[in-house]
Amino acid sequence: MKQPPVPLLVEGKRADGRAPDQMREVKIEVGVVSNADGSAMVSYGNTVAVAAVYGPREMHPRHLSLPDRAVMRVRYHMAPFSTKDERKSPTPSRREIEISKVLREALEPAIFLEQFPRSRIDVFIEIVQADGSTRVASLTAASLALADAGIPMRDLVIGVSVGLINGVVVLDLNGLEDNYGEGDMPIGYMPNLGRFVLLQLDGAWTREQFAEALKLAIKGAEYVYGKAREALKAKYFEVAEEVAK
Amino acid sequence: MASVSPYAKRFVSELTRQQIRRLIASGVRIDGRALDQYRDITIRTGVVNTADGSAEVSLGRTRVISGVKIGLGQPFPDAPDEGVLIVNAEILPHSSPYTEIGPPDEAAIELARVVDRGIRHSGFVDFKRLAIDPTKVYVVWVDLYVLNDDGNLVDASNLAAIAALRSTTLPVAVKDESGVIKLDKNNRVAMPTDLSKVPLSTSIGKIDSALFVDPNLEEELSLSGKIVITISQSSIVSVQKTMGFFTESELMQAVDMAYSAKQKLQEAVLKSLV
Repeated sequence: MKQPPVPLLVEGKRADGRAPDQMREVKIEVGVVSNADGSAMVSYGNTVAVAAVYGPREMHPRHLSLPDRAVMRVRYHMAPFSTKDERKSPTPSRREIEISKVLREALEPAIFLEQFPRSRIDVFIEIVQADGSTRVASLTAASLALADAGIPMRDLVIGVSVGLINGVVVLDLNGLEDNYGEGDMPIGYMPNLGRFVLLQLDGAWTREQFAEALKLAIKGAEYVYGKAREALKAKYFEVAEEVAK
Repeated sequence: MASVSPYAKRFVSELTRQQIRRLIASGVRIDGRALDQYRDITIRTGVVNTADGSAEVSLGRTRVISGVKIGLGQPFPDAPDEGVLIVNAEILPHSSPYTEIGPPDEAAIELARVVDRGIRHSGFVDFKRLAIDPTKVYVVWVDLYVLNDDGNLVDASNLAAIAALRSTTLPVAVKDESGVIKLDKNNRVAMPTDLSKVPLSTSIGKIDSALFVDPNLEEELSLSGKIVITISQSSIVSVQKTMGFFTESELMQAVDMAYSAKQKLQEAVLKSLV
């Protein structure tokens, strides 16, 4: 096991002072890209994800359209300056290609795609600043951008990560914990329907730790869901005020 | 590059799909298997004599060849005392009428990365023993070749990878006169692997609320959800949900199915590998 530069967990406190079941500060803003049909910026601590949605719109090339539902196109991408290491090549890595796929498969169950046959819905996600849990911050941003675009959805999809540090199950890994912890479990959850739509895991987990992680993820997702609802409503209260003027 | 909902070109007829789904509701599968039953597994090692290790796995009609090549390279900066593992998968144009020629697409990349994570986190390969000196380590290339796709590529590929790694011999690293490290291909030692830690993946399909292991291709095309769970010893070392959604209780049920499938897979592996 790699040695962390600072202890990750001391007497129930994490390196950044959080309790095991505590999220970093969550900031959500909806409607950050005026040209897009929907957009959102989500930060979990220092991790910042921006999502923009275009569509439903015409599918090009047309032979890739589906006769009975909309096609989703999802891109997860990290900015070259988003990590503490050297400049990241902007060419999509195998990691980014895989994450784009699992995010698409996490969003598809949430959208009434069958209402838009032969069209496509584009979701573009950019990681501006990375400090762990980027794919789950992306998922929250993407689902808020879809909601902001007015696309009919079964539920919001909230992303949270759960990790394993010194045998303790913790919520919302930062970059340090992601690098040096014993396990990482990114989760996407629909809080109203109780459905898991994103679930990956690596590390070494017992069955009990896995069960505990699911419970903690639900708790974290419900907390973020509250913030997400507020942010969505805030935008439309602003619109309502403007209309009233 | 973006991920696009795949065009549903791999048709299964609506009649077959409905039949599969209707049967599952009463606990029966289209090919007569029980919900917790794998198709027949055969594992053969040493099938390619130009590779440093190789294996061919049949899982029903699904066939995967795995070849291991050993090279020399630099360690990753965050793990200077460990060898390097690189897993790559090619879903060959041979494998089905719907597979196209080209570089690995997102399905092949995901396949390789899921197999990679299971091996990496299980301790099956002792990467510390693959370090030669602080600047030189063994690089282990595992290439997975899907010859025929009749469903559940992940489990077949995972078995092929571990069997090939188990059969691999490492050329001994020696210093030549000028002090440069080279590999002596005529002098070989066994790959440091530990069969008790072998990572075993179980793909679990979901139709309505029924869960079952090892979906074949027709079943895969009829699923409403799919998840892969990899277990080593008593630990869950990798999970990947690849389709649909699962509730909390379905996930716990899937984990329990994976634990019991792992026992049976381990028997099959131990029978074929020494």
